[in-house]
Amino acid sequence: MAKQEQLIRTRVLKDKVAHISMIGLTGFSLLILLLMGVGLWYKSRDVIAANSLWELISSSVWKPNEGQFGFLPYIVGTVCITLLSIVIALPVSLLTGIFLTENARPWVKRFIFPVLDILAGIPSVIYGVWGTLLIVPFIADRIGPHFVEYTSGYSVLAGGLVMGVMIIPLLVSLFVEIFSVIPNEFREAAYSLGATKWQTSYKIVLRKAAPGIIAAVVLAVSRALGETIAVLMVCGNVAILPESIFDSCYPLPALIANNYGEMLSIPIYESALMFAAFILFFVIFLFNAGSRVLLQRVESRFAIR
Amino acid sequence: MKAKFIQERFFNFLMLLSTFIVIAFLGSILWTIIKYGLPALNWEMITTLPSGGFYIGGEGGVLNAIIGSLYIVGASTILGLVISIPIVFYSNIYLKKNSKIAYFIRLAFDVLYGIPSIVYGAFGFTIMIALGLRTSLLGGIIVITLLIIPIMIRSMDEVASQIPKDLLDATFSLGATRWETIRVVLHQIAPGIATATLLSIGRAIGDAAGVMFTAGFTDSIPTSLNQPAATLPLSIFFQLSSPSPEVRDRAYAAALLLTLIVLVLSISGRLIMRYFSKNKI
Repeated sequence: MAKQEQLIRTRVLKDKVAHISMIGLTGFSLLILLLMGVGLWYKSRDVIAANSLWELISSSVWKPNEGQFGFLPYIVGTVCITLLSIVIALPVSLLTGIFLTENARPWVKRFIFPVLDILAGIPSVIYGVWGTLLIVPFIADRIGPHFVEYTSGYSVLAGGLVMGVMIIPLLVSLFVEIFSVIPNEFREAAYSLGATKWQTSYKIVLRKAAPGIIAAVVLAVSRALGETIAVLMVCGNVAILPESIFDSCYPLPALIANNYGEMLSIPIYESALMFAAFILFFVIFLFNAGSRVLLQRVESRFAIR
Repeated sequence: MKAKFIQERFFNFLMLLSTFIVIAFLGSILWTIIKYGLPALNWEMITTLPSGGFYIGGEGGVLNAIIGSLYIVGASTILGLVISIPIVFYSNIYLKKNSKIAYFIRLAFDVLYGIPSIVYGAFGFTIMIALGLRTSLLGGIIVITLLIIPIMIRSMDEVASQIPKDLLDATFSLGATRWETIRVVLHQIAPGIATATLLSIGRAIGDAAGVMFTAGFTDSIPTSLNQPAATLPLSIFFQLSSPSPEVRDRAYAAALLLTLIVLVLSISGRLIMRYFSKNKI
């Protein structure tokens, strides 16, 4: 009897030890998120103390040697590329998403989902190579001359296009997920009233899924904001305020990636780059948390029925 | 014909068109990489180290980057699995289905999943400076591990949350402790672990921004954790910025190599998922 009790006690003890160590492991991994925010903020204090926060964001004077850091061109560059990529990717992804959930036959889906998988899995440096080999010359030789006198091709448009293609798989898979939780009764009700398939998709599915679509777009925006290598390779990296989509630009992640070597020579320079990383972290954190909460709400609202 | 039927046809056409555009983008990427990469790909590329003057057109290959990538990916995948399997187990078995803590954990990992690798890189870099470390294999492994943990957790959690409650109840009724159900759970989420691993390998091998800061770059194969390590994406990136066309050709070949690796991973992930989903409860 005593032996058996002993056995049970060790088993329970094992269970408890496992419990505590798992809590520890989980807590530690989540601590990374907090550490990241606090650490980057801590590192960027120097540059915020030297220049005011508003000055950093609104000035476009960039002279690291004199301690002047104006992030405006970089912020504008990032925003331009992100907006353009959404403008390019959203219609294509929405229509593809509707097609896949509402119209496509099973064999079509079996073919297209792997395509999306592969597109999502291709490393960003490969997108960059593709951009420099195909998109940049195409813009410089074919599209650019119709609109502006000269463009090198390394432009906001190239960055937006490459970025757009990169976020298509993310958007489509989110859309498919959202559309497929919308109950079929809604569609059947619409059909019974004589609506066509497109009318149903447009007036019922899209409308019901609207919050989810917004959340998906916000998620895609935050993906586009942080993309580094692919955009860096095709957008020209000239720190100007772009006047047209054929001008070069210089997004924030590219700024960090390009200067990591030399930043160590000037202490405040490092602080400025960490401030750039902090901006990215902060904005992406907010966007991600917000859209994930929204997405879960949308999905659980329909799923429980 | 009624207007709504014309509209229907028009939008059906647009939907087909945009689906076709998505496929065409993939085709265009693969075709471009193969067209430029295949002529430059040879045995020397894969099996030799860069010699002196490699980046201005000298002899050599990208073996340093291949080995460096393998080291980083291998080590961080193992570390990632060791860390994330207990977390998935904890949030699915130890915590109740609708628990607030589980919800919070999932949300936090979703957010971590969205943080771009450049931020991970910058963060890792500041930590390394604070600790007085130089760019090294170890730094690269740590940052890539942190980067793939959320990916692993997400894809394993998707499978783990589908485990039928009855199955767990059956093990409990036989007297198993929560810890002892892990055998049953592991068996059930095996396909999830497999796809999570492949997905993470794909992400880890393709990441450039994270390792740029932390693993650095070198022309030799690292022999200890303290030495810098080269990686394939960075090797492509650096060679591509060379003015010499021969060096750029090699970048295309390396890009083809990387694409092939990612393609194989992605396709085998699909196959594993399909194979396992046949014999699941």
